[in-house]
Amino acid sequence: MAALIRWALFLGAVALAAGWWITRPERVDAAALAGLTPDLALGERTFVAAGCASCHVAPETSGGDGQPVLSGGQRFASEFGTFIAPNISSHPEHGIGAWSDEEIVTAVMKGVSPGGAHYYPAFPYTAYAKAAPAEILSLAAYLRTLPASDVPSLPHEVGFPFNIRRSVGGWKWLFTDEGWAVEGDLSPDAAAGRYLAEALGHCGECHTPRNPLGGLDISRWLQGAPNPSGRGRIPGIDPGSLTWSEADIAYYLETGFTPDFDTAGGSMVAVIDKTAQLTPDDRAAIAAYLKAVPPKVE
Amino acid sequence: MQRITLSAVTVGLCIAVAAGGYADSHSATDPAVKARHGHMQLYAFNLGVLGAMAKGEMEFDADRATAAAANLHAVARLDETGYWPEGTSSDAMEGSRALPAIWEKMDDFEAKQQGLIEAAATMEGAAGSLDGIRANIGAVGGACGACHKPYRQSDD
Repeated sequence: MAALIRWALFLGAVALAAGWWITRPERVDAAALAGLTPDLALGERTFVAAGCASCHVAPETSGGDGQPVLSGGQRFASEFGTFIAPNISSHPEHGIGAWSDEEIVTAVMKGVSPGGAHYYPAFPYTAYAKAAPAEILSLAAYLRTLPASDVPSLPHEVGFPFNIRRSVGGWKWLFTDEGWAVEGDLSPDAAAGRYLAEALGHCGECHTPRNPLGGLDISRWLQGAPNPSGRGRIPGIDPGSLTWSEADIAYYLETGFTPDFDTAGGSMVAVIDKTAQLTPDDRAAIAAYLKAVPPKVE
Repeated sequence: MQRITLSAVTVGLCIAVAAGGYADSHSATDPAVKARHGHMQLYAFNLGVLGAMAKGEMEFDADRATAAAANLHAVARLDETGYWPEGTSSDAMEGSRALPAIWEKMDDFEAKQQGLIEAAATMEGAAGSLDGIRANIGAVGGACGACHKPYRQSDD
């Protein structure tokens, strides 16, 4: 009997240790960044293509003139609670102004704060994990050039058990996939588009349906999903759902006009604001990629 | 008997509502909602001319382009009194994609409309050249999106 209890305790300890190991916050290797040189122009392009401002500008900020002030405060309702975008301006206390390169790249690519806490995946680090570290390092340098805001970040409104940050480590272990969602040989254009769409643009975050735990269902990649934080549906953009020509897709990403001259609405308006700032080649690449996505089969 | 009749009516209504939703999520029977949809069709029809020229799908014609831009400007300036009665939001009826936020922020909603009027006026002045259309159509799309972002329900 005593032996049995000892065994149970031992197995329990092993399970705890495994759980602790699985849910540990990972960091990027500072040595891996040491040889890289940040490029501000590249950082600005990454900032636009990754859509950082879409979520981190203050609520009801319209796009357009001037440098974005990333004071945070936009609310993102979900079935797990309401997430509130934090201040990521260059302010040394309320923003990321005092963070090191390694801390910023770890936050963006690993979803881990300088203090070692997991971020919630409302922040699309599972997409950014696929980006080139040199590009995220450049993004870090660019973020420091943007205006400072002293608006404090607000706590997320998330209830038990999702308020246990360590549990997000388990979520990451289950659902972080550093490979591409669309595999196989792609044309150079489609491959460039894949990088823009999967690693930076994080299209899948809204356009791909999720499982009950909030992980993306890769087998239904970009096939449309319920609107995660509002009414209605996010449309499918795989070739089975979206039958526009590549030129039509590129034009939509430039102007927001659909082929029959309806326009983008909802969250997509902020996306168009960014894709309009990319080059025509970038928009054509995204269009080529969308045609290479496995089509939805009815 | 009365209970049976009521049940039958309820079931019938449910089927009618479901069938209506199935047939066309954009179908609307309310006159104000129908007018709003028609108004949007007029934008799309005239934007289609400007957009097709900008995309190179239609040969540029200065008169046709200027007429389309003038129409766009005129439609944007239509008096919308009576367009937005209470009870015609996406919450209140089938076939409406007008979010309740419109009625909560009517001043901002009208400011967004003013934004389209200004963008359309600029387009009307510029539509005599293909470069003018290309330089301004993004701003028109931006004005459409500025309103569709907070006030129109996402839908496919």
